[in-house]
Amino acid sequence: MKINKIIVSFISAAVILLSTSVVSFAKVVGDKIVLGAAISLTGKYSSNGVHTQNGYNMAVDRINSMGGVKVGGKTYKFDIIYYDDESNPKRAAQLAERLISQDGVEFMLGPYSSGLTKAIAPVTEKYGVPMVEANGASRSLFTKGYKYLFAVLAPANLYLDVAIDLAVEKNNGKPVTVAMAFEQDAFSQDVRLGVLEAIERTGSKKVIDDKLPKELNDMAATLVKVKQMKPDVLVVSGHTKGALTAVRQISEMKVDVPMLAMTHCDAAKLSKQHGKNSQYALCASQWHKTLTYKDNFFKDGMTYDADFTKEFGYAPPYQAAESSAALLVFKDAFERANSFDQKKVRDALAATNMQTFYGNIKFAEGGQNVDKPMVLFQVMCDDGGKCENKVVAPTKWASAKLIHPIPSWSQR
Amino acid sequence: MDFLVFQYPMISVQACLDGILLGILFALIAYGMALQWGVMNIINIAQGDLVILGGYIAYFMYLYGIHPAWGVIVSPIIMFFVGIAIYKLVINKVVDRDLFISILATFGISILFMQLMNFAFGADVVLANSDYGTTMLFNNNVVLPNSKIFSAFISILFAICLVIYMKKSKLGRAIRATAQNARAAKILGVDTEKVYAATFGINAALCGVAGALISITFTIHPYMGLPYTIRSFMIVIIAGLGNLPGVAMSGMGLGVFEEFADYILGTEFRIGSVFLLLVLILVYRRFKLSRKREYLK
Repeated sequence: MKINKIIVSFISAAVILLSTSVVSFAKVVGDKIVLGAAISLTGKYSSNGVHTQNGYNMAVDRINSMGGVKVGGKTYKFDIIYYDDESNPKRAAQLAERLISQDGVEFMLGPYSSGLTKAIAPVTEKYGVPMVEANGASRSLFTKGYKYLFAVLAPANLYLDVAIDLAVEKNNGKPVTVAMAFEQDAFSQDVRLGVLEAIERTGSKKVIDDKLPKELNDMAATLVKVKQMKPDVLVVSGHTKGALTAVRQISEMKVDVPMLAMTHCDAAKLSKQHGKNSQYALCASQWHKTLTYKDNFFKDGMTYDADFTKEFGYAPPYQAAESSAALLVFKDAFERANSFDQKKVRDALAATNMQTFYGNIKFAEGGQNVDKPMVLFQVMCDDGGKCENKVVAPTKWASAKLIHPIPSWSQR
Repeated sequence: MDFLVFQYPMISVQACLDGILLGILFALIAYGMALQWGVMNIINIAQGDLVILGGYIAYFMYLYGIHPAWGVIVSPIIMFFVGIAIYKLVINKVVDRDLFISILATFGISILFMQLMNFAFGADVVLANSDYGTTMLFNNNVVLPNSKIFSAFISILFAICLVIYMKKSKLGRAIRATAQNARAAKILGVDTEKVYAATFGINAALCGVAGALISITFTIHPYMGLPYTIRSFMIVIIAGLGNLPGVAMSGMGLGVFEEFADYILGTEFRIGSVFLLLVLILVYRRFKLSRKREYLK
């Protein structure tokens, strides 16, 4: 009977396929803890996706070479399965599904960007897979009541509210006037909410509140308003494009404003692309190499910076540093849980309270890190035109004094 | 609602000038689109990606220490050949088919270009600095970056050269003849295949110029092409095909309209108001056409 034969061979093939896939992939194979990650290796987030991957890899190598993870008296090593999500949220969600249900991954690392993290979080939540992410800062990630999502970075609404406090402090505690220009995407609007709260808290006044369309390449209209209204602070957030456009047009239109605060300066390589024109810009950053946090694996920021540069040939942006920190958090949680049970690891993650070279890490109910303030650095250039980012706030970490107000263009 | 623009009259002057300078640059891209649309009946979705590619050429010259303004000469030359290559590989197979096929084909080219540029140049936003300084007018109340003035000037120059070329040269006449009636032109000895290739090449070269200008006035990124395609499409729709002065006027008009919408309605309504205007114009056109049809009946 020909048909019977076909059916039998079909079933046996399926059985073999299933059994091999179950045997070859599981959360812990031999002495390996297998983590899964969907990363943007191609597409529009590919540069930051690569920073994220390099950060993960650097930490995996370091932890493995320094004794690995000790669980139940046995030593394990980290291993990561990567897939390329093509910077596409739908693809990222599919890959998370595949990592969990096909590859049997039981612990996940986050992708790059808030948008992709938002796509993956419902999947990991559904399967009860703990995910430590390092690159999704959008506030909406932490208000959905996710139980298995942990972020080592400070949420987006804390990016620039420090700048308003700083401006008020420089104004002898008196309220200031604020001009805001934010792109219409989830992240920038979260940053805006944080700034609005700071404005309310300090009794300050917003004089311009522009929402820049995503397609927009031109901020001239906003800057004309700034020239006319003369605010004390100009706050801009629109990813790398926003930062580059703002600095270019502020210098071209000679807009004088006492304080200019932005996000994404280091991702935009602001001082490299604009040189002296970027001077005095204040930039929000999750991490800076001069911060004096310490841990046993990377020692401190300066050592991390040197080691990373040696291994990958470029200085680590904060996206790499926070990604490395995610692995340190996982290691710590596994050892405290002393088990690979997902629930126990989740509870251990929730109880995390540690210091890494990247900063203190302690998770709030929603999963965001509440123990690490943002830092502000200011672009400072010497007479030769060489520019450097120096931390100016909060005062505890400052390595240079804030230059305030920004000298007017006619005096530069 | 914001009435800053009425409180400070100088802002109106600024808005007009900003809009005109922006509009001229967009008009140049739209001009290329109108040309090939008219001649080949192809709507090129990859128009914006050709612009961005042209921008990268200027950017790489800048990286190697050459002033990016030279890009307006180098970029069109390279882009002309890129355009011809695209024509030979893809467009010549869809040129006689219906519009939908050509839209699909150029959409595919657009995606391919985006990914290739991303692969080759990376996903970072980049720009080229011209260090042209600033022009201050009316007691420093109106500021115009020289890079924008330069862009507008170069755009006008190229547009004028092209108009003259189309009028006077043999190829120009052949292109116009093909646009009027391809079959008749063929019968009368015009090599339409060559005309199509040249048209696509010229369009790509115009995109190259615009791209080089955009790299020194704005920013470039592999995925930033689509807004330029949409904008030039709108300009052509409003102006109507084969109406070259109309393209320039509608480009500048849209630019000014957009700036005023920004000041009066707010930045978030800037792009939306332009689309609203497009819808209104299309409805009005249809209304006018239907009246004409009634009359003919």
